[in-house]
Amino acid sequence: MTGELGLLALCFALALSLVMAAAGLLGTRAQADAARRVATSSALGFLVFTLLAFGVLTYAFVVSDFSVALVASHSHTLKPLVYKISGVWGNHEGSMLLWVLVLALYAGVVAILGRGGARLTSGALGIQGLLAAAFLLFILFTSNPFLRLDPAPFEGAGLMPLLQDPGLAMHPPMLYAGYVGLSAAFSYAAAALMVGDAAIINNWARAARPFMLMAWIALTSGIALGSWWAYYELGWGGFWGWDPVENASLMPWLIATALLHSALATEKSGAFRTWTLLLAIAGFSLSLIGTFLVRSGVLSSVHAFASDPTRGFFIMVLIALAIGGALALFAWRAPSLQGGAAFEPASRETALLLNNVFLLAACACVFAGTLYPLILDAMNGTKITVGPPYYVLTFAPIFFALLLLVPFGPRLGWKRGDLKAVWRSLYPALGLAGIAAVAVLAIVSPRTIAATGAFAVAGWLIGASILDLRKRKGARASAFAAALAHAGLGVTLLGVAGTTAWRSEAIAVVGPGQTMTVGPYTLRFDGVTREKGPNFIADRAHVAVMDGGRVSAMLQPEHRFYPAEGQDMTDTAIRTTGLRDLYLALGDERDDGRFALRAYVSPLAPLIWLGGLMMSLGGMLSLWGRLRAPSAEPAAVAQAAE
Amino acid sequence: MKIGGMKAVLALLVMLMAADIAPALAAVPDTFSNPAMESRARNLQRQFRCLVCAGENVDESGSPFSGDVRRLIREQIAAGQSDPQIQDFLVARYGSVILMKPPVEPQTWMLWLTPFLVLALGGGVAWIVVKKASVTEV
Repeated sequence: MTGELGLLALCFALALSLVMAAAGLLGTRAQADAARRVATSSALGFLVFTLLAFGVLTYAFVVSDFSVALVASHSHTLKPLVYKISGVWGNHEGSMLLWVLVLALYAGVVAILGRGGARLTSGALGIQGLLAAAFLLFILFTSNPFLRLDPAPFEGAGLMPLLQDPGLAMHPPMLYAGYVGLSAAFSYAAAALMVGDAAIINNWARAARPFMLMAWIALTSGIALGSWWAYYELGWGGFWGWDPVENASLMPWLIATALLHSALATEKSGAFRTWTLLLAIAGFSLSLIGTFLVRSGVLSSVHAFASDPTRGFFIMVLIALAIGGALALFAWRAPSLQGGAAFEPASRETALLLNNVFLLAACACVFAGTLYPLILDAMNGTKITVGPPYYVLTFAPIFFALLLLVPFGPRLGWKRGDLKAVWRSLYPALGLAGIAAVAVLAIVSPRTIAATGAFAVAGWLIGASILDLRKRKGARASAFAAALAHAGLGVTLLGVAGTTAWRSEAIAVVGPGQTMTVGPYTLRFDGVTREKGPNFIADRAHVAVMDGGRVSAMLQPEHRFYPAEGQDMTDTAIRTTGLRDLYLALGDERDDGRFALRAYVSPLAPLIWLGGLMMSLGGMLSLWGRLRAPSAEPAAVAQAAE
Repeated sequence: MKIGGMKAVLALLVMLMAADIAPALAAVPDTFSNPAMESRARNLQRQFRCLVCAGENVDESGSPFSGDVRRLIREQIAAGQSDPQIQDFLVARYGSVILMKPPVEPQTWMLWLTPFLVLALGGGVAWIVVKKASVTEV
């Protein structure tokens, strides 16, 4: 019975999203208060019914209702509760429902906050309604999560062991919050174009900013979380592989970052109006393309799309309509927007423009690297691999150049800045950069140019951020937020440089009592015990970290077998000092009872994610500042000066 | 990082599992006692892709395929072949898809140039925009 309740809730949600779309779009006209009220209440109704559908599916997973096909194929009675719940989105159908739920949550927030005035809000709700309806139709017609199975099996097929992990349980909701958050910015941009009223177009960037920030925070956290998961779970000691699936999340992040900066200029000084609108459209478009390239399997194999032609076709039509419609609207309206505001070459506006140029080039690089092999294969069957060396040669220099310019931005004034004074004020940061570079050359080996350069740039970024914090005591939250996020970039860079340049690695086959060394550590292998987990059996290795003759720590990497899924998994053990990780992964058992043990020492690895955390916190701080400020404030002081 | 694309993750994992259970750990590569040769071997191993895995190089992958390629590389080094010769040998055997770094040839020019073309184009447009903006200065 519960399954049918969920399906019914989905149908109601579809009906309400259609009402929301129609009423919202009608509500963009000047005299349409009634339509706007309908749009708001149907947005909330849509949220309620989507929550209900999602709740029903979650309940089915929690109580292991195997009469629901999706539960039977993705869950198991012995699974810990948290993974029963995360199993809801650990599959295609459930993750699409999660997508719609996040969309509904954003629509609810858009309706409640009502930023940018009644007409703009109404238009944004209308677009959100259209998107919601499209996704709900997709779910109902091709990916129904509530399909029944008769007779119901006694036991489910279980969930991929790799997905049974707290990091990966949280990762998809985070990324979806990012992708779908960009849909809110997209809806605001499209609504502003649709209304076409000058005052509204000038105000949309301010109105949509909290949603851009939410999306950016979620994307940043989601990517960091995913990378952390890959690091501790996959047992290869790396944190980013430039694989297409990762790239699909990096592209929207790069564009969202560009959007945040460009929208700032639009809001504060009226510059780059059309460009910001286009970025909002591009950001969500890349989210759509990225998600569906990944979801359809096109990226891992060109032929996977054909495996379910209905889904593939539906997705293509959906993407084409959303992107094509928005671009057509843009092409129709953009020429009528009045040109940009005036600013001098040395100004904050120019700095933000350069930020956008570099981020766009970085995104183009990831885009080309991800799609080129597909295009080439489709054109003449040539197969190539675009691996990390490509990104080292293209993405890295472009991003490096961007980082060099970052400290100038926040210090240049709007419209007219004093480049010389800014340069002078950055001397201490330059000093810190020099110290970092010299320290690397003097202390650490091997000496590499890349690591030295990275440390110098990190010193430059962190130094400038500290200066920003000191100088602007009593400044607004946004200044602190920018400083924190920019320092986070530097901290992440330190981590990346440290692990890339100075990671040491040792692989050995060891028996009980034998030792091995890795970096500065001596490890003693104390044998393996058989342990029983809730839904797995583990070989748990006991490895002593030796300090002189004493044992300073015990590490217990595991090799797990999940009988329900019939799969093996490694569970790494990591001991961190905060500045250096000792990382162990247990390998196969040999015939003679000895085990393969792989050990890494990764200097500064934790900083990679600390930097990510700082960036997210910067975003949150900025968001907090925003939500406290009144939303209807007319667009900027500069506007008045014109 | 593995995105919302559970299905892709699953596909990837299935491939990994099929290839070998614990990718990074299965094989302890045979090692050269000569450190220079060993570091050459490790360096080479990182430049080739495990064709049955998802995005791993043959150095980190534990698949039988990667084991074979590692063995081939080590045989060639022992036979006195140079790095470019070994690369040519592997490309002849498996195609250029085995190279982690895509080759620079006419049909990959656009791949290599796109980022810099966008940068140049963006820079050009930015130049014009800044010029126009400073002319309209009041």
